[in-house]
Amino acid sequence: MIRFLSQVGLYFLLLKKVFSKPEKPIVYYKQTMREFVYLGLTSVGIITIISFFMGAVITLQTAYNTENPIYPKYLIGLGCRDSMILEFSSTIAALILAGKVGSNIASELGTMRVSEQIDALEIMGVNSASYLILPKIIATLLFNPILTLISIIVGIFGGGIAGTLAGVMTPENFIYGIQYAFIPYYIVYSLIKTVFFAFIITSVSSFQGYYVEGGSLEVGRASSKAVVYSSVLILLFNVILTQLLLS
Amino acid sequence: MIRVENLYKSFNGKSILEDISVTFETGKTNLIIGRSGSGKTVLLKSIVGLLEINSGEIWFEDVLFNKLDFKDKKVIRSEIGMLFQGSALFDSLTVEQNVRFPLDMFTTKTLEEKNDRVNSCLDRVNIINANKLFPAELSGGMKKRVAIARAISLNPKYLFCDEPNSGLDPITAILIDELIKELTEEYAMTTIVNTHDMNSVMEIGEKIVFISDGKKCWEGNKNEILISDNETLNDFVFANSLAKKIRYPDK
Repeated sequence: MIRFLSQVGLYFLLLKKVFSKPEKPIVYYKQTMREFVYLGLTSVGIITIISFFMGAVITLQTAYNTENPIYPKYLIGLGCRDSMILEFSSTIAALILAGKVGSNIASELGTMRVSEQIDALEIMGVNSASYLILPKIIATLLFNPILTLISIIVGIFGGGIAGTLAGVMTPENFIYGIQYAFIPYYIVYSLIKTVFFAFIITSVSSFQGYYVEGGSLEVGRASSKAVVYSSVLILLFNVILTQLLLS
Repeated sequence: MIRVENLYKSFNGKSILEDISVTFETGKTNLIIGRSGSGKTVLLKSIVGLLEINSGEIWFEDVLFNKLDFKDKKVIRSEIGMLFQGSALFDSLTVEQNVRFPLDMFTTKTLEEKNDRVNSCLDRVNIINANKLFPAELSGGMKKRVAIARAISLNPKYLFCDEPNSGLDPITAILIDELIKELTEEYAMTTIVNTHDMNSVMEIGEKIVFISDGKKCWEGNKNEILISDNETLNDFVFANSLAKKIRYPDK
Protein backbone atom coordinates (compact mmCIF):
# COMPACT_ATOMS: atom_id res chain seq x y z
CA MET A 1 0.00 0.00 0.00
CA ILE A 2 2.82 2.40 0.92
CA ARG A 3 4.58 1.52 -2.32
CA PHE A 4 1.38 2.20 -4.28
CA LEU A 5 0.91 5.58 -2.59
CA SER A 6 4.52 6.55 -3.15
CA GLN A 7 4.16 5.66 -6.85
CA VAL A 8 1.01 7.80 -7.10
CA GLY A 9 2.86 10.64 -5.37
CA LEU A 10 5.79 10.26 -7.74
CA TYR A 11 3.38 10.31 -10.71
CA PHE A 12 1.91 13.65 -9.61
CA LEU A 13 5.37 15.09 -8.91
CA LEU A 14 6.34 14.11 -12.44
CA LEU A 15 3.23 15.85 -13.80
CA LYS A 16 4.19 18.98 -11.84
CA LYS A 17 7.60 18.92 -13.55
CA VAL A 18 5.99 18.25 -16.93
CA PHE A 19 3.65 21.24 -16.71
CA SER A 20 6.27 23.74 -15.60
CA LYS A 21 7.22 26.64 -17.88
CA PRO A 22 9.12 25.48 -20.99
CA GLU A 23 12.70 26.72 -21.38
CA LYS A 24 12.34 27.68 -25.01
CA PRO A 25 8.84 27.44 -26.54
CA ILE A 26 10.10 27.21 -30.14
CA VAL A 27 12.08 24.05 -29.33
CA TYR A 28 8.99 22.56 -27.66
CA TYR A 29 6.87 23.50 -30.68
CA LYS A 30 9.23 21.61 -33.00
CA GLN A 31 9.25 18.65 -30.64
CA THR A 32 5.42 18.67 -30.53
CA MET A 33 5.25 18.64 -34.35
CA ARG A 34 7.60 15.66 -34.35
CA GLU A 35 5.34 13.83 -31.87
CA PHE A 36 2.29 14.61 -34.01
CA VAL A 37 3.88 12.56 -36.75
CA TYR A 38 5.45 9.95 -34.51
CA LEU A 39 2.50 9.26 -32.20
CA GLY A 40 -0.43 10.54 -34.25
CA LEU A 41 -0.01 10.15 -37.98
CA THR A 42 1.63 6.73 -37.69
CA SER A 43 -1.48 5.50 -35.82
CA VAL A 44 -3.90 6.43 -38.61
CA GLY A 45 -3.25 3.17 -40.49
CA ILE A 46 -3.93 0.77 -37.62
CA ILE A 47 -6.97 2.77 -36.44
CA THR A 48 -8.41 2.76 -39.97
CA ILE A 49 -7.97 -0.99 -40.44
CA ILE A 50 -9.30 -1.93 -37.02
CA SER A 51 -12.25 0.48 -37.20
CA PHE A 52 -13.28 -0.81 -40.63
CA PHE A 53 -13.46 -4.39 -39.37
CA MET A 54 -15.04 -3.42 -36.05
CA GLY A 55 -17.81 -1.62 -37.93
CA ALA A 56 -18.23 -4.61 -40.25
CA VAL A 57 -18.53 -7.09 -37.39
CA ILE A 58 -20.93 -4.90 -35.40
CA THR A 59 -23.18 -4.60 -38.44
CA LEU A 60 -23.19 -8.33 -39.18
CA GLN A 61 -23.75 -9.30 -35.55
CA THR A 62 -26.57 -6.77 -35.19
CA ALA A 63 -28.12 -8.08 -38.40
CA TYR A 64 -27.97 -11.76 -37.36
CA ASN A 65 -29.37 -10.97 -33.91
CA THR A 66 -32.29 -8.91 -35.22
CA GLU A 67 -33.59 -11.21 -37.93
CA ASN A 68 -37.08 -11.06 -36.47
CA PRO A 69 -39.36 -9.20 -38.95
CA ILE A 70 -40.69 -6.93 -36.21
CA TYR A 71 -37.32 -5.19 -36.10
CA PRO A 72 -36.93 -2.66 -38.91
CA LYS A 73 -33.77 -3.12 -41.01
CA TYR A 74 -32.57 0.42 -40.40
CA LEU A 75 -31.84 -0.58 -36.78
CA ILE A 76 -28.71 -2.30 -38.09
CA GLY A 77 -27.26 1.03 -39.26
CA LEU A 78 -28.38 2.74 -36.06
CA GLY A 79 -26.73 0.02 -33.95
CA CYS A 80 -23.51 0.28 -35.90
CA ARG A 81 -23.44 4.07 -35.62
CA ASP A 82 -24.13 4.24 -31.90
CA SER A 83 -21.77 1.38 -31.05
CA MET A 84 -18.95 3.04 -32.94
CA ILE A 85 -19.60 6.51 -31.52
CA LEU A 86 -20.35 5.56 -27.94
CA GLU A 87 -17.84 2.83 -27.30
CA PHE A 88 -15.70 1.36 -30.03
CA SER A 89 -14.12 4.46 -31.56
CA SER A 90 -13.21 5.94 -28.21
CA THR A 91 -12.64 3.10 -25.74
CA ILE A 92 -11.56 0.21 -27.96
CA ALA A 93 -9.42 2.52 -30.09
CA ALA A 94 -7.87 3.88 -26.87
CA LEU A 95 -7.05 0.35 -25.73
CA ILE A 96 -5.36 -0.32 -29.05
CA LEU A 97 -3.45 2.96 -28.82
CA ALA A 98 -2.43 2.07 -25.25
CA GLY A 99 -0.69 -0.93 -26.79
CA LYS A 100 0.88 0.87 -29.70
CA VAL A 101 1.60 4.38 -28.40
CA GLY A 102 1.95 3.46 -24.71
CA SER A 103 4.61 0.82 -25.22
CA ASN A 104 6.35 3.09 -27.71
CA ILE A 105 6.55 5.98 -25.22
CA ALA A 106 7.62 3.80 -22.28
CA SER A 107 10.35 2.05 -24.24
CA GLU A 108 11.62 5.31 -25.77
CA LEU A 109 11.89 7.08 -22.41
CA GLY A 110 13.15 3.94 -20.67
CA THR A 111 15.94 3.54 -23.21
CA MET A 112 16.82 7.21 -22.85
CA ARG A 113 16.98 6.74 -19.09
CA VAL A 114 19.23 3.67 -19.10
CA SER A 115 21.51 5.12 -21.79
CA GLU A 116 21.90 8.29 -19.67
CA GLN A 117 20.32 10.55 -22.31
CA ILE A 118 17.91 11.91 -19.69
CA ASP A 119 20.86 12.57 -17.36
CA ALA A 120 22.55 14.42 -20.22
CA LEU A 121 19.50 16.68 -20.56
CA GLU A 122 19.44 17.33 -16.81
CA ILE A 123 23.15 18.19 -16.77
CA MET A 124 22.57 20.75 -19.50
CA GLY A 125 19.94 22.36 -17.26
CA VAL A 126 17.00 21.21 -19.38
CA ASN A 127 13.81 20.18 -17.56
CA SER A 128 13.90 16.69 -19.08
CA ALA A 129 10.41 15.72 -17.94
CA SER A 130 8.85 18.73 -19.55
CA TYR A 131 10.98 18.59 -22.70
CA LEU A 132 10.32 14.90 -23.32
CA ILE A 133 6.78 14.39 -22.03
CA LEU A 134 4.86 17.64 -22.55
CA PRO A 135 5.08 17.51 -26.39
CA LYS A 136 3.81 13.92 -26.31
CA ILE A 137 0.85 14.87 -24.13
CA ILE A 138 -0.04 17.87 -26.29
CA ALA A 139 0.31 15.84 -29.49
CA THR A 140 -1.92 13.00 -28.30
CA LEU A 141 -4.50 15.31 -26.70
CA LEU A 142 -4.89 17.11 -30.01
CA PHE A 143 -4.50 14.19 -32.39
CA ASN A 144 -6.40 11.37 -30.67
CA PRO A 145 -9.78 13.11 -31.14
CA ILE A 146 -8.97 13.22 -34.86
CA LEU A 147 -8.22 9.49 -34.72
CA THR A 148 -11.57 8.95 -32.98
CA LEU A 149 -13.41 10.86 -35.71
CA ILE A 150 -11.57 8.86 -38.38
CA SER A 151 -12.49 5.68 -36.51
CA ILE A 152 -16.19 6.62 -36.36
CA ILE A 153 -16.35 7.45 -40.06
CA VAL A 154 -14.37 4.42 -41.22
CA GLY A 155 -16.23 2.07 -38.82
CA ILE A 156 -19.65 3.15 -40.06
CA PHE A 157 -18.40 2.94 -43.65
CA GLY A 158 -17.05 -0.57 -42.97
CA GLY A 159 -20.43 -1.54 -41.48
CA GLY A 160 -22.23 -0.28 -44.57
CA ILE A 161 -19.94 -2.16 -46.95
CA ALA A 162 -20.05 -5.42 -44.97
CA GLY A 163 -23.82 -5.30 -44.46
CA THR A 164 -24.47 -4.59 -48.12
CA LEU A 165 -22.05 -7.25 -49.40
CA ALA A 166 -23.49 -9.83 -47.01
CA GLY A 167 -26.98 -8.93 -48.18
CA VAL A 168 -28.37 -8.44 -44.67
CA MET A 169 -29.81 -5.01 -45.57
CA THR A 170 -29.96 -2.51 -48.38
CA PRO A 171 -27.66 0.55 -48.52
CA GLU A 172 -30.77 2.74 -48.25
CA ASN A 173 -31.76 1.02 -44.97
CA PHE A 174 -28.27 1.50 -43.61
CA ILE A 175 -28.07 5.17 -44.56
CA TYR A 176 -31.52 5.79 -43.08
CA GLY A 177 -30.41 3.98 -39.91
CA ILE A 178 -27.25 6.00 -39.41
CA GLN A 179 -29.29 9.21 -39.71
CA TYR A 180 -32.17 8.06 -37.52
CA ALA A 181 -32.48 9.60 -34.04
CA PHE A 182 -28.97 10.97 -34.19
CA ILE A 183 -27.87 12.69 -30.97
CA PRO A 184 -24.91 15.03 -31.66
CA TYR A 185 -23.97 15.04 -27.97
CA TYR A 186 -22.80 11.44 -28.37
CA ILE A 187 -19.93 12.73 -30.51
CA VAL A 188 -19.02 15.23 -27.80
CA TYR A 189 -19.19 12.44 -25.21
CA SER A 190 -16.92 10.27 -27.32
CA LEU A 191 -14.38 13.07 -27.86
CA ILE A 192 -14.31 13.97 -24.16
CA LYS A 193 -13.56 10.33 -23.33
CA THR A 194 -10.85 10.28 -26.00
CA VAL A 195 -9.12 13.32 -24.49
CA PHE A 196 -9.10 11.70 -21.03
CA PHE A 197 -7.84 8.40 -22.44
CA ALA A 198 -5.12 10.17 -24.43
CA PHE A 199 -3.89 11.83 -21.26
CA ILE A 200 -3.95 8.53 -19.38
CA ILE A 201 -2.02 6.67 -22.10
CA THR A 202 0.67 9.33 -22.48
CA SER A 203 1.18 10.28 -18.85
CA VAL A 204 1.08 6.75 -17.41
CA SER A 205 3.39 5.38 -20.10
CA SER A 206 5.77 8.32 -19.71
CA PHE A 207 5.84 7.76 -15.95
CA GLN A 208 6.71 4.09 -16.43
CA GLY A 209 9.48 4.87 -18.90
CA TYR A 210 10.90 7.95 -17.18
CA TYR A 211 11.66 6.19 -13.91
CA VAL A 212 13.15 2.97 -15.29
CA GLU A 213 16.13 1.70 -13.33
CA GLY A 214 18.41 -1.01 -14.68
CA GLY A 215 18.82 -2.23 -18.24
CA SER A 216 16.98 -3.55 -21.25
CA LEU A 217 15.02 -6.09 -19.20
CA GLU A 218 13.56 -3.31 -17.06
CA VAL A 219 12.75 -1.27 -20.17
CA GLY A 220 10.71 -4.23 -21.46
CA ARG A 221 8.94 -4.56 -18.12
CA ALA A 222 8.18 -0.85 -18.04
CA SER A 223 6.73 -1.14 -21.51
CA SER A 224 4.41 -3.98 -20.43
CA LYS A 225 3.40 -2.13 -17.27
CA ALA A 226 2.62 0.97 -19.33
CA VAL A 227 0.16 -0.99 -21.48
CA VAL A 228 -1.45 -2.85 -18.57
CA TYR A 229 -1.84 0.16 -16.26
CA SER A 230 -3.05 2.44 -19.07
CA SER A 231 -5.63 -0.17 -20.16
CA VAL A 232 -6.95 -0.70 -16.64
CA LEU A 233 -7.22 3.06 -16.05
CA ILE A 234 -8.95 3.53 -19.41
CA LEU A 235 -11.58 0.93 -18.46
CA LEU A 236 -12.02 2.49 -15.02
CA PHE A 237 -12.39 6.01 -16.37
CA ASN A 238 -14.72 4.73 -19.08
CA VAL A 239 -17.18 3.77 -16.37
CA ILE A 240 -16.71 7.00 -14.40
CA LEU A 241 -17.00 9.26 -17.46
CA THR A 242 -20.01 7.39 -18.80
CA GLN A 243 -21.81 7.84 -15.50
CA LEU A 244 -20.85 11.52 -15.33
CA LEU A 245 -21.60 12.40 -18.96
CA LEU A 246 -24.62 10.27 -19.81
CA SER A 247 -26.54 10.01 -16.54
CA MET B 1 37.74 25.21 -8.97
CA ILE B 2 35.37 22.66 -7.47
CA ARG B 3 35.56 21.85 -3.80
CA VAL B 4 33.90 18.88 -2.12
CA GLU B 5 33.70 18.85 1.67
CA ASN B 6 32.71 15.97 3.94
CA LEU B 7 30.46 14.36 1.35
CA TYR B 8 28.34 11.40 2.44
CA LYS B 9 26.07 9.43 0.15
CA SER B 10 24.10 6.26 0.79
CA PHE B 11 21.46 4.22 -1.05
CA ASN B 12 18.72 2.55 1.00
CA GLY B 13 20.81 2.81 4.15
CA LYS B 14 23.92 1.36 2.49
CA SER B 15 26.82 3.78 2.63
CA ILE B 16 28.45 4.39 -0.76
CA LEU B 17 30.60 7.46 -0.10
CA GLU B 18 31.99 8.43 3.30
CA ASP B 19 33.53 11.74 4.27
CA ILE B 20 34.97 12.67 0.89
CA SER B 21 36.81 15.99 0.88
CA VAL B 22 38.77 17.04 -2.18
CA THR B 23 39.53 20.10 -4.29
CA PHE B 24 39.59 19.88 -8.09
CA GLU B 25 41.78 22.53 -9.62
CA THR B 26 41.08 24.85 -12.56
CA GLY B 27 43.01 24.28 -15.80
CA LYS B 28 44.01 20.80 -14.71
CA THR B 29 42.83 17.33 -15.58
CA ASN B 30 41.67 15.94 -12.26
CA LEU B 31 41.23 12.18 -12.11
CA ILE B 32 39.06 10.11 -9.81
CA ILE B 33 40.37 6.56 -9.89
CA GLY B 34 39.40 3.36 -8.16
CA ARG B 35 38.14 -0.15 -8.70
CA SER B 36 34.74 -0.87 -10.24
CA GLY B 37 32.09 -0.33 -7.55
CA SER B 38 34.31 1.88 -5.45
CA GLY B 39 31.92 4.85 -5.77
CA LYS B 40 33.60 6.89 -8.53
CA THR B 41 30.49 7.35 -10.65
CA VAL B 42 28.35 8.11 -7.59
CA LEU B 43 30.86 10.78 -6.60
CA LEU B 44 30.85 12.31 -10.08
CA LYS B 45 27.05 12.26 -10.31
CA SER B 46 26.79 13.72 -6.81
CA ILE B 47 29.09 16.59 -7.74
CA VAL B 48 27.04 17.52 -10.81
CA GLY B 49 23.80 17.19 -8.85
CA LEU B 50 22.35 14.15 -10.61
CA LEU B 51 22.27 12.45 -7.20
CA GLU B 52 21.17 14.10 -3.97
CA ILE B 53 23.84 13.79 -1.30
CA ASN B 54 23.09 12.89 2.33
CA SER B 55 25.38 15.51 3.77
CA GLY B 56 28.39 17.62 2.88
CA GLU B 57 29.08 20.58 0.65
CA ILE B 58 29.85 20.96 -3.05
CA TRP B 59 31.30 24.31 -4.04
CA PHE B 60 31.64 25.57 -7.61
CA GLU B 61 34.05 28.47 -7.07
CA ASP B 62 32.30 30.35 -4.23
CA VAL B 63 28.79 29.00 -4.89
CA LEU B 64 27.43 26.27 -2.63
CA PHE B 65 25.95 24.18 -5.46
CA ASN B 66 24.14 21.47 -3.51
CA LYS B 67 21.98 24.00 -1.66
CA LEU B 68 20.75 25.77 -4.79
CA ASP B 69 17.22 25.27 -6.14
CA PHE B 70 16.61 23.90 -9.67
CA LYS B 71 16.47 27.38 -11.20
CA ASP B 72 19.80 28.51 -9.73
CA LYS B 73 21.42 25.16 -10.45
CA LYS B 74 20.55 25.74 -14.12
CA VAL B 75 22.89 28.74 -14.16
CA ILE B 76 25.82 26.61 -12.99
CA ARG B 77 24.77 23.73 -15.23
CA SER B 78 24.94 25.97 -18.28
CA GLU B 79 28.68 26.10 -17.52
CA ILE B 80 29.02 22.31 -17.26
CA GLY B 81 29.82 19.90 -20.06
CA MET B 82 29.61 16.20 -19.41
CA LEU B 83 30.82 13.17 -21.28
CA PHE B 84 28.93 10.05 -20.24
CA GLN B 85 30.26 6.51 -20.23
CA GLY B 86 27.95 5.49 -23.09
CA SER B 87 28.24 8.92 -24.77
CA ALA B 88 24.50 9.59 -24.21
CA LEU B 89 23.98 11.11 -27.64
CA PHE B 90 20.32 11.65 -28.50
CA ASP B 91 19.38 8.77 -30.81
CA SER B 92 16.75 10.68 -32.73
CA LEU B 93 19.07 13.58 -33.60
CA THR B 94 21.89 13.71 -36.13
CA VAL B 95 25.47 14.48 -35.11
CA GLU B 96 24.96 18.11 -36.07
CA GLN B 97 21.67 18.38 -34.18
CA ASN B 98 23.21 16.74 -31.10
CA VAL B 99 26.02 19.29 -30.96
CA ARG B 100 23.62 22.15 -31.74
CA PHE B 101 21.13 21.08 -29.05
CA PRO B 102 22.63 23.11 -26.14
CA LEU B 103 22.92 26.11 -28.47
CA ASP B 104 19.26 25.75 -29.49
CA MET B 105 18.17 25.53 -25.88
CA PHE B 106 20.27 28.22 -24.27
CA THR B 107 21.37 30.78 -26.84
CA THR B 108 19.67 33.31 -29.07
CA LYS B 109 22.16 32.87 -31.92
CA THR B 110 20.97 32.62 -35.51
CA LEU B 111 20.96 29.24 -37.21
CA GLU B 112 24.01 30.24 -39.23
CA GLU B 113 25.95 31.23 -36.11
CA LYS B 114 24.95 28.03 -34.38
CA ASN B 115 26.01 25.93 -37.35
CA ASP B 116 29.37 27.73 -37.44
CA ARG B 117 29.88 26.85 -33.79
CA VAL B 118 28.80 23.25 -34.39
CA ASN B 119 31.29 22.89 -37.25
CA SER B 120 34.13 24.42 -35.26
CA CYS B 121 33.43 22.04 -32.33
CA LEU B 122 33.27 19.04 -34.65
CA ASP B 123 36.49 20.13 -36.39
CA ARG B 124 38.14 20.48 -32.99
CA VAL B 125 37.40 16.85 -32.15
CA ASN B 126 38.32 15.69 -35.68
CA ILE B 127 34.85 14.68 -36.82
CA ILE B 128 34.70 15.37 -40.53
CA ASN B 129 31.78 14.80 -42.94
CA ALA B 130 29.58 13.20 -40.32
CA ASN B 131 27.14 16.06 -39.65
CA LYS B 132 24.14 14.25 -41.06
CA LEU B 133 24.85 10.84 -39.55
CA PHE B 134 22.85 9.44 -36.65
CA PRO B 135 24.58 8.11 -33.49
CA ALA B 136 23.73 4.53 -34.48
CA GLU B 137 25.92 5.00 -37.58
CA LEU B 138 29.02 6.04 -35.60
CA SER B 139 31.84 3.98 -34.09
CA GLY B 140 32.46 4.03 -30.31
CA GLY B 141 35.35 6.48 -30.63
CA MET B 142 33.38 8.79 -32.91
CA LYS B 143 30.46 8.80 -30.48
CA LYS B 144 32.78 9.87 -27.66
CA ARG B 145 34.23 12.64 -29.79
CA VAL B 146 30.80 13.90 -30.82
CA ALA B 147 29.78 13.81 -27.14
CA ILE B 148 32.87 15.90 -26.32
CA ALA B 149 31.95 18.34 -29.10
CA ARG B 150 28.46 18.65 -27.60
CA ALA B 151 29.95 19.12 -24.13
CA ILE B 152 32.17 22.02 -25.24
CA SER B 153 29.66 23.72 -27.54
CA LEU B 154 28.71 26.27 -24.87
CA ASN B 155 32.33 26.95 -23.79
CA PRO B 156 31.93 25.27 -20.40
CA LYS B 157 33.95 26.14 -17.31
CA TYR B 158 33.67 22.60 -16.01
CA LEU B 159 34.04 19.31 -17.89
CA PHE B 160 33.07 15.98 -16.36
CA CYS B 161 34.00 12.71 -18.03
CA ASP B 162 32.69 9.38 -16.79
CA GLU B 163 34.94 6.53 -17.99
CA PRO B 164 35.79 8.25 -21.30
CA ASN B 165 37.86 5.27 -22.47
CA SER B 166 35.50 2.43 -21.71
CA GLY B 167 34.94 0.18 -24.70
CA LEU B 168 37.65 1.83 -26.80
CA ASP B 169 40.81 0.30 -28.25
CA PRO B 170 44.09 1.52 -26.67
CA ILE B 171 45.01 3.88 -29.51
CA THR B 172 41.58 5.54 -29.65
CA ALA B 173 41.60 5.70 -25.85
CA ILE B 174 44.88 7.65 -25.91
CA LEU B 175 43.47 10.01 -28.55
CA ILE B 176 40.43 10.71 -26.38
CA ASP B 177 42.66 11.28 -23.34
CA GLU B 178 44.84 13.71 -25.27
CA LEU B 179 41.80 15.52 -26.58
CA ILE B 180 40.42 15.96 -23.06
CA LYS B 181 43.76 17.27 -21.82
CA GLU B 182 44.17 19.68 -24.74
CA LEU B 183 40.63 21.02 -24.35
CA THR B 184 41.14 21.48 -20.62
CA GLU B 185 44.13 23.71 -21.27
CA GLU B 186 42.54 25.47 -24.26
CA TYR B 187 39.31 26.38 -22.45
CA ALA B 188 40.97 26.70 -18.99
CA MET B 189 38.34 24.33 -17.63
CA THR B 190 38.14 22.41 -14.39
CA THR B 191 38.05 18.88 -15.73
CA ILE B 192 37.18 15.83 -13.67
CA VAL B 193 37.69 12.42 -15.25
CA ASN B 194 36.47 9.19 -13.74
CA THR B 195 38.57 6.23 -14.78
CA HIS B 196 40.11 2.95 -13.79
CA ASP B 197 42.41 2.93 -16.80
CA MET B 198 46.05 3.25 -15.68
CA ASN B 199 47.08 4.40 -19.16
CA SER B 200 44.84 7.45 -18.69
CA VAL B 201 46.31 8.02 -15.27
CA MET B 202 49.82 8.13 -16.67
CA GLU B 203 48.80 10.19 -19.73
CA ILE B 204 46.70 12.95 -18.22
CA GLY B 205 46.72 12.59 -14.42
CA GLU B 206 47.69 16.05 -13.26
CA LYS B 207 45.79 15.56 -10.05
CA ILE B 208 44.61 12.15 -8.92
CA VAL B 209 42.19 11.11 -6.20
CA PHE B 210 42.03 7.41 -5.36
CA ILE B 211 38.74 6.11 -3.98
CA SER B 212 38.41 2.72 -2.34
CA ASP B 213 35.23 1.36 -0.73
CA GLY B 214 33.66 4.81 -0.82
CA LYS B 215 36.52 6.53 1.02
CA LYS B 216 39.27 8.76 -0.24
CA CYS B 217 42.46 6.73 0.20
CA TRP B 218 45.06 8.81 -1.53
CA GLU B 219 45.61 12.07 -3.40
CA GLY B 220 48.56 13.12 -5.57
CA ASN B 221 49.74 13.29 -9.18
CA LYS B 222 50.96 10.85 -11.83
CA ASN B 223 54.58 11.03 -10.68
CA GLU B 224 53.75 10.42 -7.03
CA ILE B 225 51.40 7.55 -7.73
CA LEU B 226 54.23 5.21 -8.75
CA ILE B 227 56.22 5.74 -5.58
CA SER B 228 53.42 5.75 -3.07
CA ASP B 229 53.60 3.36 -0.13
CA ASN B 230 49.82 3.18 0.16
CA GLU B 231 49.11 -0.56 -0.07
CA THR B 232 45.54 -0.29 -1.32
CA LEU B 233 46.66 2.12 -4.01
CA ASN B 234 49.58 -0.11 -5.01
CA ASP B 235 47.27 -3.11 -5.28
CA PHE B 236 45.21 -1.12 -7.76
CA VAL B 237 48.05 0.55 -9.69
CA PHE B 238 50.18 -2.58 -10.00
CA ALA B 239 47.30 -4.99 -10.52
CA ASN B 240 48.44 -6.45 -13.84
CA SER B 241 51.36 -8.86 -13.96
CA LEU B 242 53.62 -6.64 -16.11
CA ALA B 243 53.27 -3.72 -13.73
CA LYS B 244 53.81 -6.05 -10.78
CA LYS B 245 57.12 -7.28 -12.24
CA ILE B 246 58.31 -3.71 -12.76
CA ARG B 247 57.33 -2.65 -9.25
CA TYR B 248 58.40 -5.80 -7.43
CA PRO B 249 61.20 -7.33 -9.57
CA ASP B 250 62.26 -9.69 -6.78
CA LYS B 251 58.83 -11.26 -6.25
